[in-house]
Amino acid sequence: MAGKKIASRVSRHAAASQPSTPVSQSTYPAGSLLSVTHLSLEEIGGILAAASELEAAAPRDRATLLEGRKAALLFYESSTRTRTSFELAAKSLGVVTTLVSDKSSSIEKGESLKDTGITLRALGAECIILRHLSSGSPYLLARETGLPVLNAGDGMHEHPSQALLDLRTMLARLRLAPVSRNATAISKATLRGVTVVITGDILHSRVARSNALLLPRLGARVILCGPHELLPDEAETLGPGVSIERDFDKALARADVAMMLRIQTERLAGLKLNLQQYTEQYQLHAERLALYAPHAVVLHPGPMNRGLEITSEVADGPQSMIEEQVRHGVAIRMALLVRALQPGTQEARA
Amino acid sequence: MSTRPILIRGGRLVDPATGTDSLRDLLLRDGVVAAVETPGQFARVANTTVVDATGLVVAPGLVDIHVHLREPGQGYKETIATGTAAAAAGGFTSVCCMPNTIPVNDTPEITRWMLAPERKAIVSVFPIGAATVGSMGEELTDYNALRDAGAVGVSDDGKPILGDEIMRQTLIAAAKANLPVIQHAEDTRLTGGCSMNAGPVAFRLGLRGMTIEAEARIVERDIQLMREIVASDQHLRPHLHVAHISTARALEAVKQARKEGLHVTCEVAPHHFTLTDEAVGDYDTHHKMAPPLRDEANRDAMIAGLLDGSIDAIATDHAPHAAHEKHVEFERAANGITGLETALGLTLRLLHRKHGMELSRIIHLLALGPAQVLNLHGRGALATGAAADAVLFDPRMDWIFQAKESRSKSKNTPFDGWSLPGRVAMTIRGGQIVYRR
Repeated sequence: MAGKKIASRVSRHAAASQPSTPVSQSTYPAGSLLSVTHLSLEEIGGILAAASELEAAAPRDRATLLEGRKAALLFYESSTRTRTSFELAAKSLGVVTTLVSDKSSSIEKGESLKDTGITLRALGAECIILRHLSSGSPYLLARETGLPVLNAGDGMHEHPSQALLDLRTMLARLRLAPVSRNATAISKATLRGVTVVITGDILHSRVARSNALLLPRLGARVILCGPHELLPDEAETLGPGVSIERDFDKALARADVAMMLRIQTERLAGLKLNLQQYTEQYQLHAERLALYAPHAVVLHPGPMNRGLEITSEVADGPQSMIEEQVRHGVAIRMALLVRALQPGTQEARA
Repeated sequence: MSTRPILIRGGRLVDPATGTDSLRDLLLRDGVVAAVETPGQFARVANTTVVDATGLVVAPGLVDIHVHLREPGQGYKETIATGTAAAAAGGFTSVCCMPNTIPVNDTPEITRWMLAPERKAIVSVFPIGAATVGSMGEELTDYNALRDAGAVGVSDDGKPILGDEIMRQTLIAAAKANLPVIQHAEDTRLTGGCSMNAGPVAFRLGLRGMTIEAEARIVERDIQLMREIVASDQHLRPHLHVAHISTARALEAVKQARKEGLHVTCEVAPHHFTLTDEAVGDYDTHHKMAPPLRDEANRDAMIAGLLDGSIDAIATDHAPHAAHEKHVEFERAANGITGLETALGLTLRLLHRKHGMELSRIIHLLALGPAQVLNLHGRGALATGAAADAVLFDPRMDWIFQAKESRSKSKNTPFDGWSLPGRVAMTIRGGQIVYRR
């Protein structure tokens, strides 16, 4: 009985998390999340509320919500937290998951993304969670398969579920909006007065793009910080509310949230970086944090290079919410799966 | 067997070569323009096909000096037969095909193969020979032999000639053979892994961008080599033709070179004066090409260059690709779009309708100008004695371009469903009707 109640409440939030006027996403299957820019504030509120509802539910009730539904995790890049997080979120809702990775699959034999997607669909997948090294690949997969696609990180483009879990972490910590089971009202003033400093390898970071495209819409100021090689001037054109400050200390002095990013050595493409100099200028260490941002929340999407962009003392310190981020990730991904697979829509879809 | 003469009556002849823009009747006979007269002057000619061109523009057959016909080697994308059929449907009667075939057109044998009647070309094909063996940028091909086999220029299109010394040798040898050197100006050392124009759009999409620098640097370097060559030997007059120019900076370099008296010409593709990098949208691979779509300022500079005469020709860079080469991740997708059937419409839409360019200038840029760049004598003009190549179209009639109806074997076009002015009513090449709507 309790299970039914949850189902109805969650599906109400999930309904709110769908676009009311399907304009932005009209060419993509409903329930897809390809970019944070496709979400209205109302949808974001619906996702956050559903996440809280699901998190609070008894595991036994959750487990029947999407019982027997099928989702494929298609991973062309290695991943620990995003993959496991999506997988655990799916399993806790009763979703049957299958993992396909570029190793040990026909991808190694040169099968295209389109054919891989069509094959997964033929095998019964109702939703595909895609991580891919090529920017924009989730758009292709959604177009070619007609299935809802959840972008779990595409190249240097976006990582929308990460931005949503970062948002949930901030809201919880800053107590700006109740992350409650009641529909979270999200407005363009929700993060008014909050300054988020994102520091490091912005150029190659899909996390930075998703956050910089999402947070200003809720009223936050986003300051991007890093050297020219990793933060080109055009980053400022991402939208209003996004600015560049190359002096880390100055940026940090304004931060309510300090989000640190890893140097993505796999995407540097020949770019030479003086790591010692980088560390001196941009490492978040205890002294710097105490001096410039003693009250800021410290975030990191992981994986961390301890001793490079962040010291262990800070990562494991009292201002760090890095572990919390991971916990919020499961809740957000449960909500995204419910949104993609809308309980009770199996037949309608078929 | 000679074909019946064609009498085109009642049309508005637009022939920039003679400065004509008025009602004229034309008699085409034995593959050439036999006579041009004011309406009604021709007596009834027996055994003649009469074409009523009332309400239509009659212009010299269009000339495209930059196409990829994909044969030999990639007949699944296009063949010389299908590519020239698309040309005829677009009003083109002469096309110059790039040598990046498989194998590369670096010998007279391949050039002659392309020109053989078995290829079933329905418009005139003028091959461009590879500038270096295999387009590898190391060893020059035999320019005299390629020219004698029918090549009208040399180029390593798609694989720019990067080395200073080999480019210098190319310019000198081509000057001696009286052939232009056509350069695809892209410093590929700067564009590895890049799939669109560098700038805010590329940043937002998380794609690596090709810079203005990567194009301009090669054009500037080539012009500097020209200066050095001319200074060292006053008898040499090399001709550099910059293919598909797309940046204001490269165009400035071309203008400066001309002021200095160097023989430098350039072409622009319709997509580069029609679209900007914003059109990439949600990673639409039909907006992926090299050079990439640029920002508005550079797009506007291309339009300005066409209006002020600093650009010599419009050329399509018709680059057919199969669906499976485009329906892939953006970064993996093949570069290029088809263009033969949309060039006239896009030019009329942008330059004539939007910017008020006169029809005679439009025809100059699509026919006479390109013919002059590659020395295609008798093409791009409709004076007595010129090739009997003509296009008939109605500049006031709008039509919807449908990719699926394209004569090309490939459908990779960003202009599917676009409304375009100037539907081609008839194309005549060598005195024969090769396209009729």
